[in-house]
Amino acid sequence: MTSDPMVQALSGREVGELTLEAVRRGELGLPDLRIHPETLERQAAVAEAHANPQLAENLRRAAELTRISDDEVLAIYSALRPGRSTPQQLAELAAGLAERGLPRCAALLTEAAEVYARRGLCA
Amino acid sequence: MTEQAADGRPKLEGSRSLEVVMTSQLAGDNADTEVPVGRVRFMDAQRVNLDGFAREEPSLGLVALHSPDDPEPGLVVSAGRVVELDGVPEVSFDAIDAYIARHGLDLDVSSEAMGLSDVEFARRLVSPDVPRAEIVRLSAGATPAKLARVLALLRPAELVQAMTKMRARRTPSNQAHVTNRLDDPLLLAADCATAAAFGFREIETTVPVLADAPSNAVACLIGAAVGAQGVLMQCSVEEALELELGMRGLTSYAETVSLYGTEQVFVDGDDTPWSKAFLTSAYASRGMKMRVSSGAGAEVLMAGAEGRSMLYLEARCVAIARAIGAQGVQNGGIDGASVAASVPRGLRELMAENLMVMMRNLESCSGNDALMSESDMRRTSRTLPIVLAGSDFMFSGFGSIQRYDNMFGPSNFNAEDIDDFLAMQRDWGIDGGLRTVSAGQIKALRTSAAEACRAVYRHLGLADFTDEHLSRAVDAAGSKDLGETDTLAVVSAAQAIREGGLTVIDVVAALDDNGYEAEAERIMEMTRTRLAGDYLQTSAIFDESLRVLSLITDPNDYAGPGTGYEPSPQRLREIDAIRQERGVEDLRAEQARFATSHLAVAGPAGPGHDPRDVVIGLSPAVGRDVWRCLSGLTVTEALTELLAGLEEEGCVGRLVRFNDTVDLGRIGLAAARLAGSGIGIGLQGKGTALIHRRDLDPLANLELYSVAPSVTRELYRLLGANAARHARGDTPDPARNPYSDEAIEARYHTKVISLMALERAWVKDGASPEELSQEGLR
Repeated sequence: MTSDPMVQALSGREVGELTLEAVRRGELGLPDLRIHPETLERQAAVAEAHANPQLAENLRRAAELTRISDDEVLAIYSALRPGRSTPQQLAELAAGLAERGLPRCAALLTEAAEVYARRGLCA
Repeated sequence: MTEQAADGRPKLEGSRSLEVVMTSQLAGDNADTEVPVGRVRFMDAQRVNLDGFAREEPSLGLVALHSPDDPEPGLVVSAGRVVELDGVPEVSFDAIDAYIARHGLDLDVSSEAMGLSDVEFARRLVSPDVPRAEIVRLSAGATPAKLARVLALLRPAELVQAMTKMRARRTPSNQAHVTNRLDDPLLLAADCATAAAFGFREIETTVPVLADAPSNAVACLIGAAVGAQGVLMQCSVEEALELELGMRGLTSYAETVSLYGTEQVFVDGDDTPWSKAFLTSAYASRGMKMRVSSGAGAEVLMAGAEGRSMLYLEARCVAIARAIGAQGVQNGGIDGASVAASVPRGLRELMAENLMVMMRNLESCSGNDALMSESDMRRTSRTLPIVLAGSDFMFSGFGSIQRYDNMFGPSNFNAEDIDDFLAMQRDWGIDGGLRTVSAGQIKALRTSAAEACRAVYRHLGLADFTDEHLSRAVDAAGSKDLGETDTLAVVSAAQAIREGGLTVIDVVAALDDNGYEAEAERIMEMTRTRLAGDYLQTSAIFDESLRVLSLITDPNDYAGPGTGYEPSPQRLREIDAIRQERGVEDLRAEQARFATSHLAVAGPAGPGHDPRDVVIGLSPAVGRDVWRCLSGLTVTEALTELLAGLEEEGCVGRLVRFNDTVDLGRIGLAAARLAGSGIGIGLQGKGTALIHRRDLDPLANLELYSVAPSVTRELYRLLGANAARHARGDTPDPARNPYSDEAIEARYHTKVISLMALERAWVKDGASPEELSQEGLR
């Protein structure tokens, strides 16, 4: 079960092309090392079929997150830490994510905003 | 273990409450001012008494399995929504309750699971007749309090049985810590290669100096690739940096995401279930394997246990882990292992935590990564049941380096214990994931890893290292063997890696340019394989052919004797063939190295008539295959002393080899019967010696040295002298066995068996005794 050459990296390059030769030619960059959202979706289906819908949901959220930058990922994480955001800020973040096609991540933030407000975990 | 750097939990503040309990206990002892008797003073001085033992104190959370304040298990569902969880109504849910209620439970099976009696649930958990999948199905509908109640019922042997069945991956495995006090890259590379060669499938590093982290990641990546294919790497630091290293392909998994069992402590750790859920997805989005970290004692140390038992609080952590979609959990105490170990039934609690993770269908990385006792017996007792049962990772960090170099703090097992662990695998016929590596192989791999690391650092302009440094790193048993090093060079190399945005591609190119094409190809192959994402599934590791072994591809199918994981014949040979293993042929060769031209046959042996004549009877292989006693003295040295002792007391010794028996009593008696004095000495090649008299029964004797390994030159001389005194009719003070407190039998029995086999091979029924030359013996 070593690498299926048809699997794509985030860059669109097929992993079969990630060779030492390609390294020597200086062709490869970070996007060639990143996992593709379709791969995560496929793994989510596998997890679901093996009695773990929560792992599937996580992998689907991850598929969404492949579309945003590292800095933005870290910024959202920071916003979710206790005492960092007002409910309003979390709701706005969620709306922005929903708009950009990240509905699962948006739902996580929306839910957080509601519970944080009730539990005093907001800024 | 990953907590300290990641979360910076305020340990000192928390541990005060624990100290109060411990101190008051000691004060109670001290009130009894009378000096105890020697027996008690002796017991007090044993290492186990350096450990802290806490009286149960539920109000502080110092209670393992059940606290009076643990809630009654309960679940109320209304219109598909959890409205009451373990006695808490929805309106009062804290953040943990809320997350579990919304995401953590399978409401389709919850009424069935909650309706089972605790005992019935526990019986199904242990019974090999109830499949793992059925327990997983039921557990998905059980609340934290329910699982805690069920697990508290299991006795130790039942925990072992249940764990054997419940672990997710069929093939057990192991994780190593590789760190050192100096963050020395060449030593890290050499030690990673060593750990990979020993069989560890995950390697976790961390830093004493945070800024060094990128350098550690690069050095470990190179070292592991030299050691074996498919080793997953982690650099445990704060979240942002760890994620960054992963995004650049320098590391491949993480376990720093800590969970806690109370809302207060969770928030003190600067997170919530939602932030952790997001972070979990963030790791997956960058293609990194990730597990969360929890474990008993954390809440107690933070003075935030809210009167709940350790097992109940951990049940909440594990429920959160499942709910946020993590594939696995590192628990079993971790940093708090010694807190759990300080209370009654604490070790049961630690193992129950691991088992609970497995019930929730997650990967278990089973702790054993913090030295929980000063006592070798207690720390072994803590780890052994898990090793016997087998876990996805038996250690969430076996300290593959020496204790002092472990920047997580010493693990429960360390480099000091690798041979012990290999022997334990062999003793029990179980697969702990490790294997023996020959001395030559270790040297070759360490050399190659350190050289490759140096070449990459030089090539990328990160740092340069001298030949002297390199050879010290290859040879070093730990960083203290490196001498003075330039630690600033490490900081600046790390800075260059981080600021230059170095990725795994740069490392691969540098390896390739410097003639390490195979290692470069290994890393590329792993990079490609990771992109398939199969290793994001539960309990995934790569084997050395880069096949993913996981819950999906290698599910545990244990269903009683004759089922489940069994080491393959090839793997069993690997487990059995520890480097200390010896056979008769090894011993024959070792003996042959001591062969000399002494003890030649002088002629047939006849009876003596001189009253000063004492015969020294020798066993059949002496002067042929056996030349060296167990004590390390040669047989001729022992004989020289015996003869000198006889002479001192006015007797004359004769050497006679008996060829018809290996039995020392019979040899000694036969010698006595040939001797003019009627006194004989019997000496087996292995060094056992006695004095015999012609009128005694074979099994009787006058004096005996039965502990051959401890007999010295002086003692042989004394035996010779005493034999002469017997010959003169005196009654000497008998020579005494040199008893010791060492495991003499463990050390020497295998040699004795081989030596006796060599002796037996020369026995011939009815063969006559021969007199041997004494030439060269004085």
